[in-house]
Amino acid sequence: MSVGSMFSLIQASLSSDQDIREEIRKVVQLLEQTAREILTLLQTVHQTSGFKDIPNKCQKARVHFETVKTLMVELKTKFPIDQYYRFNEHWRFVLQRLVFLAAFVVYLESETLVSREVVAEILGVHMHRDKGFHLDIEDYLSGLLILASELSRLALNSVTAGDYSRPLRISSFINELDSGFRLLNLKNDSLRKRYDGLKYDVKKIEEVVYDLSIRGLGKADKADDGKGEAVGK
Amino acid sequence: MIINKEKLNKEKIFGGFRKRKHENMQSRNRKEENENKVNSSSPVLLSFKSFQNELDARHDKHERLVKLSRDVTIESKRTIFLLQRVTSVPEVEDLLNESESKFEVIRQKIKQIAQELVGEDMHQFHRAFSPGIQEYVEAVSFQHFIRSRSLISLEEINKCLVFTPKKEEQPGDSECSTLSNSEAENQNQQVLCLQVTPTDYLLGIADLTGELMRMCISSVGNGDVETPFEVSQFLRDVYYGFTYIGNTGPYEVSKKLYTLKQSLAKVEDACYTLTVRGSEIPKHMLADVLSSKTTMIQPEEAM
Repeated sequence: MSVGSMFSLIQASLSSDQDIREEIRKVVQLLEQTAREILTLLQTVHQTSGFKDIPNKCQKARVHFETVKTLMVELKTKFPIDQYYRFNEHWRFVLQRLVFLAAFVVYLESETLVSREVVAEILGVHMHRDKGFHLDIEDYLSGLLILASELSRLALNSVTAGDYSRPLRISSFINELDSGFRLLNLKNDSLRKRYDGLKYDVKKIEEVVYDLSIRGLGKADKADDGKGEAVGK
Repeated sequence: MIINKEKLNKEKIFGGFRKRKHENMQSRNRKEENENKVNSSSPVLLSFKSFQNELDARHDKHERLVKLSRDVTIESKRTIFLLQRVTSVPEVEDLLNESESKFEVIRQKIKQIAQELVGEDMHQFHRAFSPGIQEYVEAVSFQHFIRSRSLISLEEINKCLVFTPKKEEQPGDSECSTLSNSEAENQNQQVLCLQVTPTDYLLGIADLTGELMRMCISSVGNGDVETPFEVSQFLRDVYYGFTYIGNTGPYEVSKKLYTLKQSLAKVEDACYTLTVRGSEIPKHMLADVLSSKTTMIQPEEAM
Protein backbone atom coordinates (compact mmCIF):
# COMPACT_ATOMS: atom_id res chain seq x y z
CA MET A 1 0.00 0.00 0.00
CA SER A 2 1.38 3.39 -0.91
CA VAL A 3 2.05 6.05 1.67
CA GLY A 4 -0.46 8.40 0.10
CA SER A 5 -3.37 5.97 0.07
CA MET A 6 -2.63 4.88 3.63
CA PHE A 7 -2.78 8.46 4.81
CA SER A 8 -5.96 9.24 2.96
CA LEU A 9 -7.49 6.18 4.61
CA ILE A 10 -6.47 7.49 8.01
CA GLN A 11 -7.70 10.92 7.12
CA ALA A 12 -11.10 9.52 6.22
CA SER A 13 -11.40 7.77 9.56
CA LEU A 14 -10.33 10.90 11.42
CA SER A 15 -12.83 13.10 9.68
CA SER A 16 -15.67 10.64 10.23
CA ASP A 17 -14.66 10.78 13.90
CA GLN A 18 -15.00 14.51 13.76
CA ASP A 19 -18.48 14.24 12.32
CA ILE A 20 -19.51 12.05 15.22
CA ARG A 21 -18.06 14.55 17.67
CA GLU A 22 -19.95 17.34 15.96
CA GLU A 23 -23.22 15.47 16.31
CA ILE A 24 -22.57 14.67 19.94
CA ARG A 25 -21.74 18.29 20.69
CA LYS A 26 -25.09 19.41 19.31
CA VAL A 27 -27.04 17.15 21.65
CA VAL A 28 -24.79 17.96 24.58
CA GLN A 29 -25.49 21.64 24.05
CA LEU A 30 -29.21 20.96 24.38
CA LEU A 31 -28.55 18.90 27.50
CA GLU A 32 -26.58 21.78 28.99
CA GLN A 33 -29.43 24.10 28.20
CA THR A 34 -31.90 21.87 30.02
CA ALA A 35 -29.52 21.44 32.95
CA ARG A 36 -29.28 25.21 33.29
CA GLU A 37 -33.05 25.51 33.29
CA ILE A 38 -33.38 22.94 36.06
CA LEU A 39 -30.67 24.69 38.04
CA THR A 40 -32.39 28.06 37.72
CA LEU A 41 -35.59 26.46 38.89
CA LEU A 42 -33.96 24.86 41.91
CA GLN A 43 -31.89 27.91 42.80
CA THR A 44 -35.00 29.61 44.10
CA VAL A 45 -34.99 27.35 47.16
CA HIS A 46 -32.22 29.52 48.50
CA GLN A 47 -34.55 32.48 48.69
CA THR A 48 -36.63 33.01 51.80
CA SER A 49 -39.83 32.75 49.82
CA GLY A 50 -38.65 29.63 48.06
CA PHE A 51 -38.71 27.42 51.13
CA LYS A 52 -42.45 27.22 51.13
CA ASP A 53 -43.10 25.39 47.92
CA ILE A 54 -40.18 23.05 47.57
CA PRO A 55 -42.40 20.13 46.51
CA ASN A 56 -43.86 22.23 43.76
CA LYS A 57 -40.41 23.09 42.45
CA CYS A 58 -39.31 19.49 42.52
CA GLN A 59 -42.36 18.61 40.54
CA LYS A 60 -41.44 21.15 37.90
CA ALA A 61 -37.86 19.95 37.84
CA ARG A 62 -39.05 16.41 37.29
CA VAL A 63 -40.89 17.57 34.20
CA HIS A 64 -37.63 18.94 32.85
CA PHE A 65 -35.93 15.63 33.48
CA GLU A 66 -38.32 14.13 30.95
CA THR A 67 -36.68 16.38 28.36
CA VAL A 68 -33.32 15.09 29.56
CA LYS A 69 -34.50 11.54 28.96
CA THR A 70 -35.48 12.20 25.38
CA LEU A 71 -32.17 13.98 24.75
CA MET A 72 -30.29 11.01 26.20
CA VAL A 73 -32.11 8.72 23.81
CA GLU A 74 -30.98 10.98 21.00
CA LEU A 75 -27.41 11.08 22.26
CA LYS A 76 -27.28 7.29 22.27
CA THR A 77 -27.93 7.20 18.55
CA LYS A 78 -25.01 9.48 17.73
CA PHE A 79 -22.14 7.05 18.22
CA PRO A 80 -21.44 3.31 18.38
CA ILE A 81 -22.26 2.26 21.90
CA ASP A 82 -19.07 0.26 22.42
CA GLN A 83 -17.11 3.48 22.04
CA TYR A 84 -18.66 5.19 25.03
CA TYR A 85 -15.34 6.07 26.61
CA ARG A 86 -13.91 7.31 23.38
CA PHE A 87 -16.27 10.24 23.30
CA ASN A 88 -17.31 10.53 26.89
CA GLU A 89 -15.36 13.69 27.63
CA HIS A 90 -18.00 15.52 25.60
CA TRP A 91 -20.85 14.73 27.96
CA ARG A 92 -18.92 14.07 31.11
CA PHE A 93 -19.36 17.56 32.50
CA VAL A 94 -23.05 17.87 31.75
CA LEU A 95 -23.72 14.36 33.02
CA GLN A 96 -22.14 15.26 36.35
CA ARG A 97 -24.29 18.38 36.54
CA LEU A 98 -27.37 16.33 35.82
CA VAL A 99 -26.48 13.79 38.48
CA PHE A 100 -26.14 16.66 40.91
CA LEU A 101 -29.50 18.10 39.90
CA ALA A 102 -31.24 14.75 40.18
CA ALA A 103 -29.62 14.16 43.57
CA PHE A 104 -30.67 17.63 44.68
CA VAL A 105 -34.27 17.05 43.69
CA VAL A 106 -34.33 13.72 45.48
CA TYR A 107 -32.75 15.27 48.53
CA LEU A 108 -35.28 18.12 48.63
CA GLU A 109 -38.12 15.65 48.26
CA SER A 110 -37.11 12.99 50.73
CA GLU A 111 -33.84 14.11 52.38
CA THR A 112 -32.12 10.94 51.35
CA LEU A 113 -29.08 10.22 49.25
CA VAL A 114 -30.06 9.21 45.78
CA SER A 115 -28.80 5.81 44.75
CA ARG A 116 -27.03 5.15 41.51
CA GLU A 117 -29.97 3.17 40.17
CA VAL A 118 -32.40 6.00 40.81
CA VAL A 119 -30.19 8.62 39.18
CA ALA A 120 -29.76 6.40 36.17
CA GLU A 121 -33.52 6.00 36.01
CA ILE A 122 -34.20 9.74 36.34
CA LEU A 123 -31.74 10.51 33.56
CA GLY A 124 -32.93 7.67 31.38
CA VAL A 125 -29.59 5.87 31.20
CA HIS A 126 -28.44 2.42 32.22
CA MET A 127 -26.53 1.62 35.33
CA HIS A 128 -24.20 -0.99 33.93
CA ARG A 129 -21.83 -0.66 31.05
CA ASP A 130 -22.89 -3.81 29.25
CA LYS A 131 -26.44 -2.57 28.78
CA GLY A 132 -25.56 0.50 26.74
CA PHE A 133 -25.25 4.18 27.56
CA HIS A 134 -24.52 4.14 31.24
CA LEU A 135 -23.72 6.30 34.19
CA ASP A 136 -20.05 6.02 35.04
CA ILE A 137 -19.39 5.61 38.74
CA GLU A 138 -16.95 8.52 38.82
CA ASP A 139 -19.51 10.82 37.26
CA TYR A 140 -22.06 9.74 39.83
CA LEU A 141 -19.64 10.42 42.69
CA SER A 142 -18.66 13.79 41.23
CA GLY A 143 -22.33 14.74 41.06
CA LEU A 144 -22.72 13.87 44.75
CA LEU A 145 -19.80 16.12 45.62
CA ILE A 146 -21.42 19.02 43.81
CA LEU A 147 -24.52 18.28 45.87
CA ALA A 148 -22.53 18.56 49.08
CA SER A 149 -21.38 22.08 48.34
CA GLU A 150 -24.86 23.08 47.29
CA LEU A 151 -26.25 21.74 50.56
CA SER A 152 -23.73 23.65 52.62
CA ARG A 153 -25.08 26.76 50.94
CA LEU A 154 -28.61 25.65 51.60
CA ALA A 155 -27.83 25.19 55.29
CA LEU A 156 -26.71 28.79 55.52
CA ASN A 157 -29.68 30.16 53.67
CA SER A 158 -32.20 28.09 55.55
CA VAL A 159 -30.99 29.71 58.76
CA THR A 160 -31.50 33.11 57.16
CA ALA A 161 -34.97 32.04 56.18
CA GLY A 162 -35.67 31.07 59.78
CA ASP A 163 -35.63 27.30 59.31
CA TYR A 164 -33.34 26.20 62.13
CA SER A 165 -33.89 22.48 61.98
CA ARG A 166 -32.81 21.96 58.39
CA PRO A 167 -29.08 22.60 58.98
CA LEU A 168 -29.02 19.83 61.55
CA ARG A 169 -30.54 17.40 59.11
CA ILE A 170 -28.17 18.53 56.39
CA SER A 171 -25.29 18.11 58.77
CA SER A 172 -26.04 14.48 59.49
CA PHE A 173 -26.61 13.84 55.81
CA ILE A 174 -23.29 15.37 54.80
CA ASN A 175 -21.51 13.52 57.56
CA GLU A 176 -22.81 10.27 56.27
CA LEU A 177 -21.72 11.21 52.78
CA ASP A 178 -18.31 12.16 54.10
CA SER A 179 -17.79 8.86 55.86
CA GLY A 180 -18.90 7.15 52.68
CA PHE A 181 -16.31 8.96 50.63
CA ARG A 182 -13.65 8.18 53.19
CA LEU A 183 -14.11 4.52 52.33
CA LEU A 184 -12.93 5.12 48.80
CA ASN A 185 -9.32 4.91 47.67
CA LEU A 186 -9.19 7.69 45.18
CA LYS A 187 -6.48 8.24 42.65
CA ASN A 188 -4.97 11.62 42.07
CA ASP A 189 -7.55 12.67 39.51
CA SER A 190 -10.35 15.16 39.16
CA LEU A 191 -12.63 13.21 41.45
CA ARG A 192 -10.01 13.30 44.15
CA LYS A 193 -9.57 17.04 43.71
CA ARG A 194 -13.27 17.56 44.11
CA TYR A 195 -13.39 15.25 47.09
CA ASP A 196 -10.73 17.39 48.76
CA GLY A 197 -13.28 20.19 48.75
CA LEU A 198 -15.80 18.12 50.69
CA LYS A 199 -14.16 18.77 54.03
CA TYR A 200 -14.75 22.50 53.65
CA ASP A 201 -18.43 21.87 53.06
CA VAL A 202 -18.53 19.66 56.14
CA LYS A 203 -16.76 22.33 58.14
CA LYS A 204 -19.09 25.05 56.96
CA ILE A 205 -22.17 23.10 57.93
CA GLU A 206 -20.73 22.20 61.30
CA GLU A 207 -20.11 25.84 61.95
CA VAL A 208 -23.73 26.61 61.17
CA VAL A 209 -24.82 23.83 63.52
CA TYR A 210 -22.49 25.18 66.16
CA ASP A 211 -23.81 28.70 65.81
CA LEU A 212 -27.33 27.44 66.16
CA SER A 213 -26.68 25.22 69.14
CA ILE A 214 -24.81 27.73 71.30
CA ARG A 215 -27.75 30.03 70.83
CA GLY A 216 -30.18 27.28 71.67
CA LEU A 217 -31.78 27.51 68.28
CA GLY A 218 -31.40 23.91 67.26
CA LYS A 219 -32.90 20.87 68.91
CA ALA A 220 -31.99 20.46 72.58
CA ASP A 221 -30.19 17.12 72.21
CA LYS A 222 -27.80 18.56 69.69
CA ALA A 223 -26.36 20.95 72.24
CA ASP A 224 -23.38 18.79 73.16
CA ASP A 225 -22.41 18.68 69.52
CA GLY A 226 -21.69 22.33 69.71
CA LYS A 227 -19.60 21.94 72.84
CA GLY A 228 -17.54 19.22 71.32
CA GLU A 229 -16.77 21.39 68.38
CA ALA A 230 -15.86 24.30 70.59
CA VAL A 231 -13.17 22.16 72.16
CA GLY A 232 -12.05 21.14 68.71
CA LYS A 233 -11.24 24.67 67.71
CA MET B 1 -27.97 8.75 66.36
CA ILE B 2 -25.07 6.67 65.19
CA ILE B 3 -23.93 9.49 63.03
CA ASN B 4 -24.03 11.76 66.04
CA LYS B 5 -21.81 9.48 68.02
CA GLU B 6 -19.41 9.27 65.16
CA LYS B 7 -19.29 12.99 64.94
CA LEU B 8 -18.58 13.27 68.62
CA ASN B 9 -15.71 10.91 68.17
CA LYS B 10 -14.38 12.91 65.31
CA GLU B 11 -14.40 15.98 67.43
CA LYS B 12 -12.49 14.11 70.05
CA ILE B 13 -9.83 13.51 67.47
CA PHE B 14 -9.59 17.14 66.68
CA GLY B 15 -9.59 17.94 70.36
CA GLY B 16 -6.95 15.39 71.22
CA PHE B 17 -4.79 16.18 68.29
CA ARG B 18 -2.97 18.97 69.97
CA LYS B 19 -3.04 17.51 73.44
CA ARG B 20 -1.76 14.00 73.40
CA LYS B 21 -0.77 11.85 70.55
CA HIS B 22 -1.61 8.69 72.42
CA GLU B 23 -5.17 9.65 73.06
CA ASN B 24 -5.48 10.66 69.49
CA MET B 25 -4.51 7.18 68.37
CA GLN B 26 -6.98 5.63 70.70
CA SER B 27 -9.87 7.71 69.58
CA ARG B 28 -8.98 6.99 66.00
CA ASN B 29 -9.21 3.30 66.70
CA ARG B 30 -12.48 3.79 68.43
CA LYS B 31 -13.70 5.77 65.54
CA GLU B 32 -12.87 3.06 63.10
CA GLU B 33 -14.91 0.63 65.14
CA ASN B 34 -17.66 3.14 65.12
CA GLU B 35 -17.52 3.46 61.39
CA ASN B 36 -17.79 -0.25 61.03
CA LYS B 37 -20.97 -0.10 63.02
CA VAL B 38 -22.31 2.52 60.68
CA ASN B 39 -21.36 0.31 57.75
CA SER B 40 -23.63 -2.49 58.63
CA SER B 41 -26.60 -0.30 59.28
CA SER B 42 -26.54 2.46 56.74
CA PRO B 43 -27.46 1.80 53.14
CA VAL B 44 -25.37 4.77 52.08
CA LEU B 45 -22.21 3.31 53.52
CA LEU B 46 -23.05 -0.08 52.13
CA SER B 47 -23.30 1.33 48.66
CA PHE B 48 -20.06 3.24 49.11
CA LYS B 49 -18.46 -0.04 50.10
CA SER B 50 -19.43 -1.43 46.73
CA PHE B 51 -18.18 1.74 45.02
CA GLN B 52 -14.88 1.17 46.75
CA ASN B 53 -14.61 -2.28 45.26
CA GLU B 54 -15.56 -1.06 41.84
CA LEU B 55 -13.08 1.80 41.86
CA ASP B 56 -10.28 -0.33 43.27
CA ALA B 57 -10.80 -2.95 40.61
CA ARG B 58 -10.69 -0.28 37.94
CA HIS B 59 -7.53 1.31 39.31
CA ASP B 60 -5.81 -2.05 39.64
CA LYS B 61 -6.55 -2.87 36.05
CA HIS B 62 -5.24 0.51 35.02
CA GLU B 63 -1.99 -0.07 36.88
CA ARG B 64 -1.52 -3.50 35.36
CA LEU B 65 -2.03 -2.04 31.91
CA VAL B 66 0.45 0.75 32.56
CA LYS B 67 3.02 -1.81 33.58
CA LEU B 68 2.42 -3.93 30.50
CA SER B 69 2.62 -0.84 28.37
CA ARG B 70 5.98 0.06 29.87
CA ASP B 71 7.28 -3.42 29.15
CA VAL B 72 6.13 -3.12 25.56
CA THR B 73 7.83 0.27 25.30
CA ILE B 74 11.14 -0.98 26.64
CA GLU B 75 11.20 -4.06 24.43
CA SER B 76 10.22 -2.05 21.37
CA LYS B 77 12.96 0.47 22.02
CA ARG B 78 15.50 -2.35 22.28
CA THR B 79 14.27 -3.79 19.03
CA ILE B 80 14.69 -0.42 17.36
CA PHE B 81 18.27 -0.23 18.64
CA LEU B 82 18.89 -3.65 17.26
CA LEU B 83 17.49 -2.65 13.91
CA GLN B 84 19.62 0.48 13.81
CA ARG B 85 22.63 -1.83 13.56
CA VAL B 86 21.39 -2.85 10.13
CA THR B 87 23.67 -0.32 8.51
CA SER B 88 26.85 -1.70 10.03
CA VAL B 89 26.17 -5.41 9.66
CA PRO B 90 26.44 -7.26 6.38
CA GLU B 91 23.95 -9.94 7.44
CA VAL B 92 20.71 -7.96 7.30
CA GLU B 93 18.58 -11.09 7.15
CA ASP B 94 19.97 -12.36 10.46
CA LEU B 95 19.18 -9.10 12.13
CA LEU B 96 15.66 -9.08 10.80
CA ASN B 97 15.13 -12.61 12.03
CA GLU B 98 16.44 -11.67 15.42
CA SER B 99 14.11 -8.70 15.57
CA GLU B 100 11.26 -10.95 14.59
CA SER B 101 11.83 -13.11 17.64
CA LYS B 102 11.85 -9.98 19.77
CA PHE B 103 8.53 -8.98 18.28
CA GLU B 104 7.13 -12.30 19.33
CA VAL B 105 7.94 -11.46 22.92
CA ILE B 106 6.35 -8.05 22.56
CA ARG B 107 3.23 -9.51 21.03
CA GLN B 108 2.95 -11.78 24.02
CA LYS B 109 2.78 -8.69 26.20
CA ILE B 110 0.26 -7.09 23.90
CA LYS B 111 -1.76 -10.24 24.13
CA GLN B 112 -1.80 -9.81 27.88
CA ILE B 113 -3.09 -6.30 27.38
CA ALA B 114 -5.81 -7.69 25.16
CA GLN B 115 -6.60 -10.21 27.86
CA GLU B 116 -7.01 -7.43 30.41
CA LEU B 117 -9.38 -5.68 28.08
CA VAL B 118 -11.71 -8.60 27.49
CA GLY B 119 -15.21 -7.41 28.31
CA GLU B 120 -14.06 -3.84 28.83
CA ASP B 121 -14.38 -0.75 26.75
CA MET B 122 -10.88 -0.45 25.36
CA HIS B 123 -11.15 3.33 25.17
CA GLN B 124 -11.68 3.54 28.89
CA PHE B 125 -8.14 2.34 29.51
CA HIS B 126 -6.64 3.57 26.31
CA ARG B 127 -4.47 6.17 28.00
CA ALA B 128 -2.82 3.46 30.06
CA PHE B 129 -1.45 1.41 27.20
CA SER B 130 -1.29 3.87 24.34
CA PRO B 131 2.43 4.81 24.77
CA GLY B 132 3.47 1.18 24.51
CA ILE B 133 1.38 0.61 21.43
CA GLN B 134 2.85 3.67 19.75
CA GLU B 135 6.35 2.43 20.42
CA TYR B 136 5.39 -0.96 19.02
CA VAL B 137 4.04 0.67 15.87
CA GLU B 138 7.31 2.53 15.54
CA ALA B 139 9.37 -0.64 15.86
CA VAL B 140 7.21 -2.73 13.56
CA SER B 141 7.06 -0.08 10.87
CA PHE B 142 10.82 0.39 11.09
CA GLN B 143 11.39 -3.27 10.51
CA HIS B 144 8.92 -3.22 7.66
CA PHE B 145 10.72 -0.31 6.06
CA ILE B 146 14.08 -2.02 6.28
CA ARG B 147 12.59 -5.10 4.72
CA SER B 148 10.52 -3.65 1.93
CA ARG B 149 11.20 0.10 1.80
CA SER B 150 7.51 0.84 2.19
CA LEU B 151 5.05 1.94 4.81
CA ILE B 152 3.34 -0.76 6.82
CA SER B 153 -0.41 -0.29 6.77
CA LEU B 154 -2.58 -0.10 9.84
CA GLU B 155 -4.35 -3.21 8.67
CA GLU B 156 -1.13 -5.21 8.50
CA ILE B 157 -0.23 -4.20 12.04
CA ASN B 158 -3.65 -5.10 13.34
CA LYS B 159 -3.56 -8.44 11.57
CA CYS B 160 -0.59 -9.48 13.70
CA LEU B 161 -2.38 -8.50 16.87
CA VAL B 162 -5.20 -10.95 16.47
CA PHE B 163 -4.47 -13.84 18.75
CA THR B 164 -6.41 -16.89 17.80
CA PRO B 165 -6.01 -20.10 19.69
CA LYS B 166 -6.35 -22.24 16.57
CA LYS B 167 -3.41 -22.42 14.27
CA GLU B 168 -5.41 -23.30 11.18
CA GLU B 169 -7.35 -20.08 11.19
CA GLN B 170 -4.37 -17.86 10.56
CA PRO B 171 -2.12 -19.49 8.00
CA GLY B 172 -0.64 -16.15 6.96
CA ASP B 173 0.70 -15.15 10.34
CA SER B 174 2.52 -18.22 11.47
CA GLU B 175 4.49 -16.42 14.15
CA CYS B 176 1.35 -15.00 15.75
CA SER B 177 -0.63 -18.19 15.86
CA THR B 178 2.17 -20.33 17.19
CA LEU B 179 2.45 -17.89 20.04
CA SER B 180 -1.12 -18.22 21.06
CA ASN B 181 -1.11 -21.91 20.35
CA SER B 182 1.14 -22.58 23.30
CA GLU B 183 -1.39 -21.02 25.58
CA ALA B 184 -4.41 -22.30 23.81
CA GLU B 185 -5.26 -24.73 26.56
CA ASN B 186 -5.85 -22.16 29.26
CA GLN B 187 -7.36 -19.71 26.83
CA ASN B 188 -10.49 -21.73 26.19
CA GLN B 189 -10.61 -21.01 22.48
CA GLN B 190 -11.19 -17.30 22.76
CA VAL B 191 -10.08 -14.94 20.02
CA LEU B 192 -8.18 -12.06 21.52
CA CYS B 193 -7.37 -9.01 19.57
CA LEU B 194 -6.12 -5.53 20.12
CA GLN B 195 -6.78 -3.01 17.43
CA VAL B 196 -4.37 -0.14 17.02
CA THR B 197 -6.31 3.09 16.69
CA PRO B 198 -5.57 5.40 13.73
CA THR B 199 -4.22 8.00 16.14
CA ASP B 200 -1.77 5.62 17.77
CA TYR B 201 -0.71 4.51 14.33
CA LEU B 202 -0.10 8.08 13.21
CA LEU B 203 1.91 8.93 16.31
CA GLY B 204 3.97 5.78 15.91
CA ILE B 205 4.69 6.61 12.29
CA ALA B 206 5.70 10.13 13.26
CA ASP B 207 8.27 8.62 15.62
CA LEU B 208 9.42 6.29 12.88
CA THR B 209 10.59 9.25 10.82
CA GLY B 210 13.08 10.14 13.54
CA GLU B 211 14.51 6.62 13.42
CA LEU B 212 14.75 6.75 9.65
CA MET B 213 16.67 9.98 9.85
CA ARG B 214 19.18 8.34 12.15
CA MET B 215 19.41 5.35 9.89
CA CYS B 216 19.95 7.57 6.88
CA ILE B 217 22.81 9.49 8.43
CA SER B 218 24.58 6.43 9.76
CA SER B 219 24.19 4.54 6.48
CA VAL B 220 26.12 7.27 4.71
CA GLY B 221 28.78 6.79 7.30
CA ASN B 222 29.12 3.27 5.98
CA GLY B 223 29.48 4.33 2.40
CA ASP B 224 25.92 3.43 1.48
CA VAL B 225 24.83 6.02 -1.04
CA GLU B 226 21.53 4.37 -1.97
CA THR B 227 19.70 4.43 1.33
CA PRO B 228 19.73 8.20 1.94
CA PHE B 229 17.84 8.84 -1.26
CA GLU B 230 15.30 6.13 -0.55
CA VAL B 231 14.77 7.43 2.95
CA SER B 232 14.50 10.96 1.70
CA GLN B 233 11.80 10.01 -0.79
CA PHE B 234 9.93 8.01 1.81
CA LEU B 235 10.08 10.77 4.41
CA ARG B 236 8.83 13.25 1.87
CA ASP B 237 5.82 11.01 1.20
CA VAL B 238 5.13 10.66 4.88
CA TYR B 239 5.47 14.39 5.35
CA TYR B 240 2.95 15.03 2.59
CA GLY B 241 0.67 12.51 4.26
CA PHE B 242 0.87 14.34 7.56
CA THR B 243 0.24 17.72 5.99
CA TYR B 244 -2.74 16.19 4.23
CA ILE B 245 -4.16 15.21 7.59
CA GLY B 246 -3.21 18.60 9.01
CA ASN B 247 -5.37 19.68 11.86
CA THR B 248 -8.15 17.15 11.38
CA GLY B 249 -5.99 14.93 13.54
CA PRO B 250 -5.63 15.21 17.28
CA TYR B 251 -3.40 17.76 18.94
CA GLU B 252 -0.44 15.42 19.48
CA VAL B 253 -0.20 14.75 15.77
CA SER B 254 0.25 18.39 14.87
CA LYS B 255 2.88 18.66 17.57
CA LYS B 256 4.93 15.91 15.97
CA LEU B 257 4.68 17.52 12.58
CA TYR B 258 7.34 20.03 13.56
CA THR B 259 9.87 17.36 14.50
CA LEU B 260 9.04 15.51 11.35
CA LYS B 261 9.90 18.57 9.32
CA GLN B 262 13.27 18.81 11.05
CA SER B 263 14.07 15.17 10.34
CA LEU B 264 13.13 15.62 6.74
CA ALA B 265 15.36 18.69 6.46
CA LYS B 266 18.34 16.77 7.83
CA VAL B 267 17.83 13.90 5.43
CA GLU B 268 17.39 16.20 2.46
CA ASP B 269 20.49 18.05 3.52
CA ALA B 270 22.46 14.81 3.56
CA CYS B 271 21.20 13.93 0.09
CA TYR B 272 22.18 17.34 -1.14
CA THR B 273 25.71 16.96 0.15
CA LEU B 274 25.96 13.53 -1.40
CA THR B 275 24.86 14.81 -4.78
CA VAL B 276 26.99 17.91 -4.84
CA ARG B 277 30.17 16.55 -3.38
CA GLY B 278 29.75 12.88 -4.05
CA SER B 279 31.47 13.14 -7.42
CA GLU B 280 34.34 15.19 -6.05
CA ILE B 281 35.21 13.20 -2.99
CA PRO B 282 36.53 9.67 -3.27
CA LYS B 283 34.07 7.14 -1.89
CA HIS B 284 36.09 6.19 1.17
CA MET B 285 36.22 9.84 2.25
CA LEU B 286 32.49 10.39 2.04
CA ALA B 287 31.91 8.97 5.48
CA ASP B 288 34.15 11.57 7.06
CA VAL B 289 32.45 14.43 5.29
CA LEU B 290 28.99 13.41 6.30
CA SER B 291 29.85 12.35 9.81
CA SER B 292 31.28 15.79 10.45
CA LYS B 293 27.95 17.00 9.23
CA THR B 294 26.05 14.80 11.65
CA THR B 295 28.02 16.11 14.60
CA MET B 296 26.93 19.52 13.49
CA ILE B 297 23.34 18.40 13.47
CA GLN B 298 23.44 16.55 16.76
CA PRO B 299 23.13 19.51 19.18
CA GLU B 300 20.06 20.63 17.33
CA GLU B 301 18.53 17.25 17.83
CA ALA B 302 18.84 17.57 21.57
CA MET B 303 16.53 20.51 21.46
